[in-house]
Amino acid sequence: MPEITYREAIHDTMVEEMRRDEDVFLIGEDIGTYGGAFGVSAGMLAEFGPDRIRETPISELAIVGAAAGAAMVGMKPIAELMFMDFVLLALEPLMNQAAKARYMFGGKATVPMVVRLPGGSGTGAAAQHSQSLESILMHIPGIKVVAPSTAYDAKGLLLSAIRDPNPVCFVEHKLLYKVKGEVPEGEYTIPLGVADIKHVGSDITVVTSGIMVQKSLAVAKKLRQEGISVEVLDLRTLRPMDTQAIINSVKKTGRLLVVHEAVQTGGWAGEVMAVVSSSEAFGYLDAPMRRLTGKDVPIPYNRFLEAAAVPQEDDIEAEIRAIVSNKY
Amino acid sequence: MTTWKKEEFDNFETTDVLVKSIELGLKQEQLVDMYRTMVKIRLFEEMADKQYALGKVHGTMHLSAGQEAVAVGTGFAITKGDYLLNHHRGHGHFIASGADVNKMMAEFLGKETGYCRGRGGSMHIADVTANNLGANGIVGGGLQLAAGVGLAVQMKKKEQIVLTIFGDGAANEGIFHESLNMAAIWDLPILYLCENNQYGMSANVARVSAKTPFKDRAAAYGIPGYYIDGNDVLAVYEFIRNAAENARSGKGPVFVEAQTYRYFGHSKSDRNLYRTKEEIDYWKSVEDPIIRFEKLLLTANLIDDQSISKIKEEMSEVIDESVIFAENSPEPDVKDVMEWVYA
Repeated sequence: MPEITYREAIHDTMVEEMRRDEDVFLIGEDIGTYGGAFGVSAGMLAEFGPDRIRETPISELAIVGAAAGAAMVGMKPIAELMFMDFVLLALEPLMNQAAKARYMFGGKATVPMVVRLPGGSGTGAAAQHSQSLESILMHIPGIKVVAPSTAYDAKGLLLSAIRDPNPVCFVEHKLLYKVKGEVPEGEYTIPLGVADIKHVGSDITVVTSGIMVQKSLAVAKKLRQEGISVEVLDLRTLRPMDTQAIINSVKKTGRLLVVHEAVQTGGWAGEVMAVVSSSEAFGYLDAPMRRLTGKDVPIPYNRFLEAAAVPQEDDIEAEIRAIVSNKY
Repeated sequence: MTTWKKEEFDNFETTDVLVKSIELGLKQEQLVDMYRTMVKIRLFEEMADKQYALGKVHGTMHLSAGQEAVAVGTGFAITKGDYLLNHHRGHGHFIASGADVNKMMAEFLGKETGYCRGRGGSMHIADVTANNLGANGIVGGGLQLAAGVGLAVQMKKKEQIVLTIFGDGAANEGIFHESLNMAAIWDLPILYLCENNQYGMSANVARVSAKTPFKDRAAAYGIPGYYIDGNDVLAVYEFIRNAAENARSGKGPVFVEAQTYRYFGHSKSDRNLYRTKEEIDYWKSVEDPIIRFEKLLLTANLIDDQSISKIKEEMSEVIDESVIFAENSPEPDVKDVMEWVYA
């Protein structure tokens, strides 16, 4: 199977689906000649032209609003926001319009759109270009939130997202763009709302998503050599959340650590723990549930401070050791 | 007291309906139908107010009595199939575009037979199958969506235009500028109709707007704009029809600002503390759009007192029936509360 990057997987999916379906188009800032801030749409202008690679003014509210309007009348727009942080400028059309149109019109409208959101820290871009805002997006009924961790998942999930009749926020971690993985050529989909066990284990379940999956996998492989068996459960879709997969895994391992880069207060780790504590899995717990998240701080600029603000492999390892040895 | 300067309008006041109707190609039957629809809207709004007073309405409402000429002049000037994005004070525009008042009243009373199965209420009435993309509870909500609808029409090479209607209040939202700019750079087929009823809730236009008329702001984006007497139904018809033709011809967006006045308060909590009784009375007596049109039709002998009474009676029956329909309709089943969150 060919190896391609996460960035290429997203690019290829958009290209392939735009060839298949003329209702799909890309809208956003600097997505044409420039190729998008992270190069995801490189070359697409030449193939599809300026109508379908629709370059916009710097108007995030109007970009997402236009995507919602176009979706309501039969198009399948993919809106690219340059940085996930800028979705805060576009929450109104996303949350008050796109998310609610179907419900408040009594089921008579559909809004099939995708908003692609490059998020996360690690690039020295500081507080306004490094956030992980998925927990905010998850709070609104009507929206789906997807956060792939591998190139393979990025392709299959993005294709499902484009074809989904609902507004889907597609969170891409910037540090994953260069990460390679095996991706089959041609068309395949991964259903939204289905988690994936990325590493099978029996001592502890790590529920995570996005880049934290990669970090957790590195830790799981290391600890395996010491006989600590870590199950890494990649949620892949944060909303709707695959609660059954969480429950099943915790019942098997009896321990839970939730890892995400988003800040802690109001973050989705609490949601995962609520799922466990209010299900039959609770009775299987051998240790308190723990969460390891981004600290409640704006992402700092300095590289050491930045790294300290979000979970790193050492932190994940330390947490796992603490939980399995009942020392925290 | 707010005043308007008619000499600033881009339209000439309709003084002779015969001359004007020949110029516009409107037949007597159409003129009477316009009058009838204005009456229908007024009666619907008065009935809505009554239903609220009777305690039958669960939520709020934004009534458009006094603004009927904008709704009817517009509704009659656009083409069936054109997209409509409406503001929160939307009853009149829906009725003028041919909506079923039974389904509207049912929605208003929260019933399953309403346009939105009782999920939306007065503020979210929509009929997506008829390209009516809804009233909107967010000031400027339609402006957010308009560019995308226009883009879809343009990409699919369709003949439709997008009519987005918003109030004077929305002209001070940031999206007003983003939307107009986007529509202008892409020559989108959008008709921006600013229905200026002079108050955003309690805020008078002059107090909160650095530059009026708002057509000047459209001009800043190179969009042709017109400031017209929104209580002159034939002037509204003329300017909207021309603007729609312009937008349809691929020349890009057009902006029309129609000056009007609302009689009821902003919503049910409004006690009209920000305007005088004299001001409201002036508009109701001197500038009322229905009285003005009625006088013109009577003077031209296109209608007589007897047919006016008949129209009012008939429309009153239609509205009464809508209440009966709504009252006899079932409430939504609470077990369906989670339906339609996702497709």
